[in-house]
Amino acid sequence: MAAWRLAFTAPLLLVVTLGMFVLAKASPFDPVRQYLGDRALTTSPEIARQIRANWGLDRPLAEQYLTWLGNLLRGDLGESRSMHRPVAEVIGERLGWTLLAAGCAMVVMLAASLVLGSLAAWRRDSWADRLISGTAYANEAAPVFWTALIVIWIFAVRLRWLPPGGLTDAASGTVEPADVLRHMILPVAVLAFSQSSWLVLFVRESLITTLREDFVIGARARGLRERTVVVRHALRSALLPFITLLGARIPELVTGAILVETVFSWPGVASASVQAALAADFPLLAALTLLATLAVVAGNLLADTAYVIADPRVRVLGVS
Amino acid sequence: MKILRARFVTLARLGVVAILGLSASCAAPSSPGTSSSNPGTRDTFVLGLASEPDTLNPVLGYEPDGGSLLFDGLVRRNADLTLAPALAERLPDVKGTTVTFTLRQGVRFHDGTPLTSDDVAYTYQAVLDPKNNSGIRGDYTAIESVEAPDPATVVFHLKHPYAPILQRATLGIVPRRLLQGQSLDKVAFNTKPVGTGPYRFVSWTPGDKVVLEANQSYWGGAPAIKRLVMAYSADDNVRATRMAAGEFDATELPPKAAARFEDQVGLTVYKVPSADYRGVMFPLDAPVTGDKAIRKALSLALDRSAMVGAILAGAGRPAFGPVAPGTTWHNPAVDGTPTPDRDQAARLLDQAGWKPGSGGVRVKDGTPASFTLMYPAGDSLRKDLALAVASDAKKIGVDVRLAGLDWDAIEPRMAKDALIMGYGSPYDPDYINYEMFHSSFSGQGFFNPGHYKEPDVDALLEKGRAETDPTVRKQTYDALQQRIRDDEVWTYLVYLQHVYVVRGKWTGIAPAVEAHEHATGGLFRTLAEWKPAA
Repeated sequence: MAAWRLAFTAPLLLVVTLGMFVLAKASPFDPVRQYLGDRALTTSPEIARQIRANWGLDRPLAEQYLTWLGNLLRGDLGESRSMHRPVAEVIGERLGWTLLAAGCAMVVMLAASLVLGSLAAWRRDSWADRLISGTAYANEAAPVFWTALIVIWIFAVRLRWLPPGGLTDAASGTVEPADVLRHMILPVAVLAFSQSSWLVLFVRESLITTLREDFVIGARARGLRERTVVVRHALRSALLPFITLLGARIPELVTGAILVETVFSWPGVASASVQAALAADFPLLAALTLLATLAVVAGNLLADTAYVIADPRVRVLGVS
Repeated sequence: MKILRARFVTLARLGVVAILGLSASCAAPSSPGTSSSNPGTRDTFVLGLASEPDTLNPVLGYEPDGGSLLFDGLVRRNADLTLAPALAERLPDVKGTTVTFTLRQGVRFHDGTPLTSDDVAYTYQAVLDPKNNSGIRGDYTAIESVEAPDPATVVFHLKHPYAPILQRATLGIVPRRLLQGQSLDKVAFNTKPVGTGPYRFVSWTPGDKVVLEANQSYWGGAPAIKRLVMAYSADDNVRATRMAAGEFDATELPPKAAARFEDQVGLTVYKVPSADYRGVMFPLDAPVTGDKAIRKALSLALDRSAMVGAILAGAGRPAFGPVAPGTTWHNPAVDGTPTPDRDQAARLLDQAGWKPGSGGVRVKDGTPASFTLMYPAGDSLRKDLALAVASDAKKIGVDVRLAGLDWDAIEPRMAKDALIMGYGSPYDPDYINYEMFHSSFSGQGFFNPGHYKEPDVDALLEKGRAETDPTVRKQTYDALQQRIRDDEVWTYLVYLQHVYVVRGKWTGIAPAVEAHEHATGGLFRTLAEWKPAA
């Protein structure tokens, strides 16, 4: 299973990047005009042509793609046109912020969802369960950027507890951990919250099912403490399919990160991909697309591996 | 500002705007701890700016008109737009095709290395090198070559006599050592610049802010503001809110967003006149807009005072030509009335054979007086102006159909459909106007899209460019402005004012007539000379 996925990765990446090149070619946006910005209207067509030729945009699409691919295989991602810097450098300095925010959001989301989902299942049909499930359903329907805007309005604009965006305060010249932490709370909370609905509902459902199983009833009959029954016996077996699901949800995490970073002006790779798309900055966009595809493939691969480790039956029977 | 990005940000922030707009009116202006009522007492000054530069490298187009605090040009501008020597010891004579600058002694870059003529020559050579993809290369095409015969002398050789060469010498000078032999598409200098200016670079968080600190050994004296943060926020309402919250010490705003700061204690609103005009560009080879009577009548029928009052919230003035009032080059004879004269417009149309037809639209030889007016869809100001033009035109029986489009869609249609365009530079009348009205640029991209071809206008433009005697130049450009007005090549609508809000009391703020591009520093170009008022 995992090996099959690995073998599939290379052609998948090829197809994704090729598709992106074709889309870029079909897009109505002119990269040179975006590059020149305001000056596009005061630049002679001759100069624009020269820039186009320097970038090789006047070459056939196949040639452009193969050139890009050849450079990629040599480890050269090219230059970001909108930022006038090597793509590798742009990604290098932004990736950390995205991993920090997304990583923290993952941890918060897992911990909170497990607790809330278990609580809802354990106290089924109580007011707490209704509140948790109801919120989860509503949140599942709400777009991420909308949630983010509401949160900004409540906590940054009305209550003024936390900054509405950015990485540090405007007046600070350095990056202080405490300052970053304060700016991180809202985006991380929104990202975690927006991704957690399905998880809360899933934990609740599978736990309700498991709590009716013979071995749980048996555990209760042996007079074990309720907490031990729920956590050690029921939850453990309820969580197996959850590992696979987590891998399958990675694409949603990627899109969630893009929206959250954009709304909160968080200087990560996800918000850079929006900027790259708008500036028709294809070298940067191509690299970021590659990165997102890799993240999804790696997420699934990890989920498969974790499942094999967690559930001995898969190893023996080769069930997937 | 990238055209598209601006539009996206607008979309993405629409919600924020609505929210901030709501809250701005009811949130108590409690200041966060970073701010105090008198910014002179703390060492960091925060500027809220609309558009973030893509690069801080002057060679690639960062602030070529001298709006940068990081770099100096050979010359700089005074508040009345006259030139003063900066890195040059004095202003050279401009005669013929050779211009020689002598450099100021003892100037050092921020990294301590001395500035030599080699750096100056390299800067201009790098702009002109097609390999470097510089967006401003077209502005310097008059330069044949630049050489440095000795460390204190720079010699410009021009292809043809070019009077505005001194105006072009505001371009920031970069150190050759840090750039030569590298690809300017990715050189580290683009994001970690080293100049000779009053402020040195500290850090840049892309998408957020640039931090600068005072250059204590600046040749022009150390600035009073020791630390400067330029925070970028594309959305007008977000900037207004951050200004109100005390996060910013100064910002630029559209007139309507600045109105709430008018009577606030401790804040000053500056309305600065600009050469930034908006007008209707007419395709002169098209059937209806090609008729001068239609263009003249339209110009007479427009209510420019209503445009200034309603659309610009009073921050502007009526426009009748491409050279701004308040600059030395403006011809006062090129003028009109801000209120419409519909009777005169109707008489003009009647005389020219445009007779009232069915449905209130005039007709001549079976052709209805109807044309399409395009505007860039994402620009609300141009949209409002286009709507005003259409409703004023209707009152004299001219049917104007509006089309809000993308720039990419507009470009191929400019030879047959009219367009709301904006340009304008206060520095030299040769800027832009040569490209706008010279027949050799006819139909070249966004230059002269109306295909205006008049041999005597070409002659005036060439004379104004080559002539170095200011008096003769002035006469030449007066004549040019008159011709453009007589032919009604464009119908000019309004000149904008740029509006700034500043916290605290300062001396050294010197408003000057500003250019179309907002990026040339505006009110903040003299920030190094600002001092807290006692």
